[in-house]
Amino acid sequence: MSEPISALNHASYDGIASVKECGLQGMITLRGDLSDKLLDKAVKDATGQKAPGQREALVKGDTGVCWMSSDELLVLVPYAEVGAKLLAMTAALSGTHALAVNVSDARAVFSVSGSHARDVMGKLAPVDFSPQAFQPGQIRRTRLAQVAGAFWMDDADTFRVVCFRSAADYVFKLLKTAAQPGSEVGAYNR
Amino acid sequence: MSTRLTKQGRLIDRSKKISFTFNGTTMQGYAGDTLASALLANDQMMMGRSFKYHRPRGVVASGAEEPNALVGLGQGNRFEPNQRATTTELFNGLTSVSQNHWPNLDFDIGAVNTALARFLPAGFYYKTFIHPKPFWKHIYEPFIRQSAGLGKAPDKDSRDADTYEHFYAFTDVLVIGGGVAGLQAARAAAQSGAKVMLIEQSAHWGGRAPVDGGTVDGQPVDKFVEQLVSELETMKNVTLRNRCMGAGVYDHGYALGYERLTDHNPGMQGPRHRLWRIRAKQIVTATGAIERPLSFAGNDVPGVMLASAMRDYLVNWGVVPGERVIIATNNDDAYRSAILLKQAGVDVLRVVDARATAGPLAEEARQLGIRVDPGKAIAKVKGGKRVKSVQLCNQDGIGGAREEVEADAVAMSGGWSPVVHLWSHCGGKLIWDEAQAHFRPDPTRPPLGADGEGFVIAAGSANGPLALGDILADADAAGKAAAKAAGHKPKRAKAPVGEASSEAPMEPVWLMPANADIQLRGKAWLDFQNDVKVSDVQLAAREGYESVEHTKRYTTLGMATDQGKLSNINGLAILANALDAEIPQVGTTTFRPPYTPISMGAIGGEARGEVFQPIRQTPMHDWHDKHGADWEPVGHWRRTYAYVRPGESVHDAVNREVKNTRDNLGLLDASTLGKLIVKGPDAGRFLDMMYTNMMSTLKVGKCRYGLMCSENGFLIDDGVVARIDEDTWLCHTTTGGAERTHGHMEEWLQTEWWDWKVYVANVTEQYAQVAVVGPNARKVLEKLGGMDVSKEALPFMEWRDGKIGDFDCRAYRISFSGELSYEIAVPASQGQAFWDALLEAGQEFGVMPYGTECLHILRAEKGFIMIGDETDGTVIPQDLGLHWALSKKKEDYLGKRAHDRSHMTDPDRWKLVGLETVDGSVLPDGAYAVGEGVNANGQRNMIGRVTSTYYSANLGRGIAMGLIKHGPDRMGEIVEFPGTDDKIYKAKIVDPIFYDKDGEKQNV
Amino acid sequence: MLILRCPCCGVDAEETELAAGGEAHLKRFGPGSSDDDFHDYLFMRENPKGVHFERWRHANGCGKWFHVARCTRTLEVFGTYSAQTTEPPQEIKDAITAKRPGWTWREFS
Repeated sequence: MSEPISALNHASYDGIASVKECGLQGMITLRGDLSDKLLDKAVKDATGQKAPGQREALVKGDTGVCWMSSDELLVLVPYAEVGAKLLAMTAALSGTHALAVNVSDARAVFSVSGSHARDVMGKLAPVDFSPQAFQPGQIRRTRLAQVAGAFWMDDADTFRVVCFRSAADYVFKLLKTAAQPGSEVGAYNR
Repeated sequence: MSTRLTKQGRLIDRSKKISFTFNGTTMQGYAGDTLASALLANDQMMMGRSFKYHRPRGVVASGAEEPNALVGLGQGNRFEPNQRATTTELFNGLTSVSQNHWPNLDFDIGAVNTALARFLPAGFYYKTFIHPKPFWKHIYEPFIRQSAGLGKAPDKDSRDADTYEHFYAFTDVLVIGGGVAGLQAARAAAQSGAKVMLIEQSAHWGGRAPVDGGTVDGQPVDKFVEQLVSELETMKNVTLRNRCMGAGVYDHGYALGYERLTDHNPGMQGPRHRLWRIRAKQIVTATGAIERPLSFAGNDVPGVMLASAMRDYLVNWGVVPGERVIIATNNDDAYRSAILLKQAGVDVLRVVDARATAGPLAEEARQLGIRVDPGKAIAKVKGGKRVKSVQLCNQDGIGGAREEVEADAVAMSGGWSPVVHLWSHCGGKLIWDEAQAHFRPDPTRPPLGADGEGFVIAAGSANGPLALGDILADADAAGKAAAKAAGHKPKRAKAPVGEASSEAPMEPVWLMPANADIQLRGKAWLDFQNDVKVSDVQLAAREGYESVEHTKRYTTLGMATDQGKLSNINGLAILANALDAEIPQVGTTTFRPPYTPISMGAIGGEARGEVFQPIRQTPMHDWHDKHGADWEPVGHWRRTYAYVRPGESVHDAVNREVKNTRDNLGLLDASTLGKLIVKGPDAGRFLDMMYTNMMSTLKVGKCRYGLMCSENGFLIDDGVVARIDEDTWLCHTTTGGAERTHGHMEEWLQTEWWDWKVYVANVTEQYAQVAVVGPNARKVLEKLGGMDVSKEALPFMEWRDGKIGDFDCRAYRISFSGELSYEIAVPASQGQAFWDALLEAGQEFGVMPYGTECLHILRAEKGFIMIGDETDGTVIPQDLGLHWALSKKKEDYLGKRAHDRSHMTDPDRWKLVGLETVDGSVLPDGAYAVGEGVNANGQRNMIGRVTSTYYSANLGRGIAMGLIKHGPDRMGEIVEFPGTDDKIYKAKIVDPIFYDKDGEKQNV
Repeated sequence: MLILRCPCCGVDAEETELAAGGEAHLKRFGPGSSDDDFHDYLFMRENPKGVHFERWRHANGCGKWFHVARCTRTLEVFGTYSAQTTEPPQEIKDAITAKRPGWTWREFS
């Protein structure tokens, strides 16, 4: 097997916030009955986290789970482990109606960090980024300018942004544009 | 002359000199000047020429309402026409040019129009440019185009050098306007704990109040403003933004703020404009009021100004527009200008007050030695490029018995109109206030939000009150009401008490003198920018225009870039009078956003240059780009049309690829094809509904080509479906169709068959998929090693998981070319490595990558249809001879019922056939086939059209497919296709399979 | 620009996150149905000035379809609710009645 390469191979940019492509992240789309104990256990076994509630993101580094909709979770595991975790999850859920599928290569992941990270995000998504409205522990699926995207926060100043792999180049350039020097909005850090 | 005083000017910093140019002449101003104040300080009263008559025009206002002083700003990539000098902050190196004249501002050929004015009345264009009809194209239209437009468009080769952005903001209360009303409303709202955003279009807080004077809680109003701003700045729940105009108010609390970040200092880093896309629970419009001009003859001569503007120039910038000033008014406020001018040493010759009595301000003026003439009016202002003299008469009359006074400036005040634009944008209604003779917001009919309650509250003079005390009380109440409506509990703090000189009632004056004769009315301007006069509106009324909206369009009143901020009320009062109707019955025209023009850059935001739109890239995108890819957009994807080698044309490259793929080995990046996983106990049943074919019976390990129809019966997508295991299928879609088809499936699952146990996941981008095509396809895969790809181990229309070389993959033995062909999916992160491996191993087998045009030609040679070419949303499978793909066993599938409708079973439907030109040439794409006879319009009857047409290098001739009436029954007949090149193409109807009819090449 | 609360994910989504899906509560007619019924199912849509029921999808969001009851004249939103129902729930009907007494829409009132 050849060395797998992420969409932008760790491209980065520093402006009013720091933008980085995070490289490969193991991701499993899990669809099923979120109240099912079997599913809950499968998630716990894979990530150490319970099944999240509405719009919750229970993530530590590259491992965790995000609520995507009422019957869909995004399970995050280290890239190298995704095959094994998927097999285990599929086996655990074999008796129930559920779908677990590897989407690691279908996505690109960026981090946007720094004291103006919220400003940068607020230029691209129709979302209230004030700390009262959005903080670590939450996930939001929305659009980033013209493409679909989702994000959660690693900490008070760092966003983790997920988009489709094919749009990685566009999203990186968007984040660069939104982080251009001199473009601080100062909407959240006065 | 207009000049700068040695003292005064609260906004300018005399220690900072600024150099700028106007029409090439270098001038000096001070930091804090606007372009208009700096031009006036340099005695440049005339700033442009009007649109229709090219009349000399000077600045008339001091803010956003300015109709005349529009200039072209900047140069080259930063040139921008039609910028208001009154809202342009001066900076070092600013270059400006005046507009709408040739050869120059002082001497303008177009000014001949003013001499012809009586031949160019309202509706002139409508009446004149009608007959004779042939004149339109060659004479009238070029003439009108020549004279259209005020400013000059930027040079066609220039590109905006700046960047722009959007920003999404959310607040409880948005206050628009940073005058005393807006500031107080913001404070009242913020004290409740509500999140408040306050935006102000200018660079300064306090609005008119510091100029107009008065006291608040016993201290001067400018001190009050200062304190209020500092207080708001310390409040964590308040965001203050100046240079940010409230541009529009829209449904459900949406508002646009237009922030100008670097216009006042173009050297600054960062975006030039930012468009704030604001969601507010409540919006307070504290947008102030605008003074109305008076309609007297010659009210457009440079040197005639609004009385408040003259006061602004004096107090804010230390500039007086003349040495001998006459003031005309119908209210007390204009006396403030008279008093200040007099105190500044200007010779205030006369205040002509149309009313019989005035208030204490008039008395104060008299005390200063200003002559006040009650019941008087201006009959006419004389002068060309500058006021020379003013003829005075009685207001009550036709303008006879005039007294002429030499003067060089005139201040006029016709009363004040609240700025109701933002209140009205989203449906807020107005009421007519008799006492103030203006429209103001009707608080009982506000714009309604998502909860059905009002979400806009007008505050301060924007709501009607014009006295400082009333303004502050109203704004305080508005702020509290907004906070309450946004779910917060307002504090019971007392409103600040404002005091200013009391005023006697104004009297409406719509024409000066009241019964001015036609000579005077024909020189009394309503709309300065579009040159609409009192006589034009009266003419429109005489010609039967009763609706204010019709009159607006007929006369162009209020249709200029200022949207009639000064002219609307005066114009409709004249119309009401001419129609013998009441003003409220005539009503206003519609107020539409934006309040003043905003830049196209701000509207586009970040979406320009490399992020103009998303361009979706496959994992091998960069390789294609480096190897001569001629790109084709497919949806947002970029696919390689052909790989053009040095020295080749695109056409050469396509022909090379077409031949090589049939003769040797071709590689296609097929990663863009949609891939949907459909899983669950009901997945088979579900796919049987989605596809016209039977998918539930497909065996694990096998593939089937499937068609999808809409409920209307029309083809919407196609692709190969593979059964992965007992309850899992993988559905391929077209390149553009993945998201749409995914959405289509989810729609039926969520809204119709929600009890069916099926999950769908879009895994399109998880895989890089490569089509390995041609006689050597198997050889290259065998050379790489791994899974058995022999005919026996992997037969046609089957798939296997395994390894090719080092790569984990899924190999599908499917073909869209008629060749021996495999489509191999590997994880996207290894797509490039896999592509490289195939190219390397394929060297000895004559490998070449091929693009989408080659793909199209290969499939057309085989008569395979393409969604989007053979289909256009009106084509059913039966039209394309695809009856075999319509299951007869299934009771139901989407489209099945529709296929029974009478029009769908009509034997006259156009049907798919192959087309061969008689001379081997290539049929024009989309050409129509014509038959016997003509239709009702005298056009030849159409009997079909070309859907796909190519040059086939393998066959050495043009081939095409088309839909032809009774086509399959007319094999061998010749059909005519008139081209747009006046040539008639003749083609023979043939079987659509042009190449390898028996499919021997793919079954090896 | 509308804001609708997605009943699936709870987000107050602005229109740019949403895709409109036309009239709600259509009854599907398939094979065996009369020409008239099928025609009406395909083409005949309500176009009221006032109370209306629509389907929307939180397309740039959780991806779920939902129903909206709103007024086409004032754009007032009476409520949003699950797409997995053949008729508006009682609390939605009550909310409409409170604001628009006497309303009717197709067979509902």
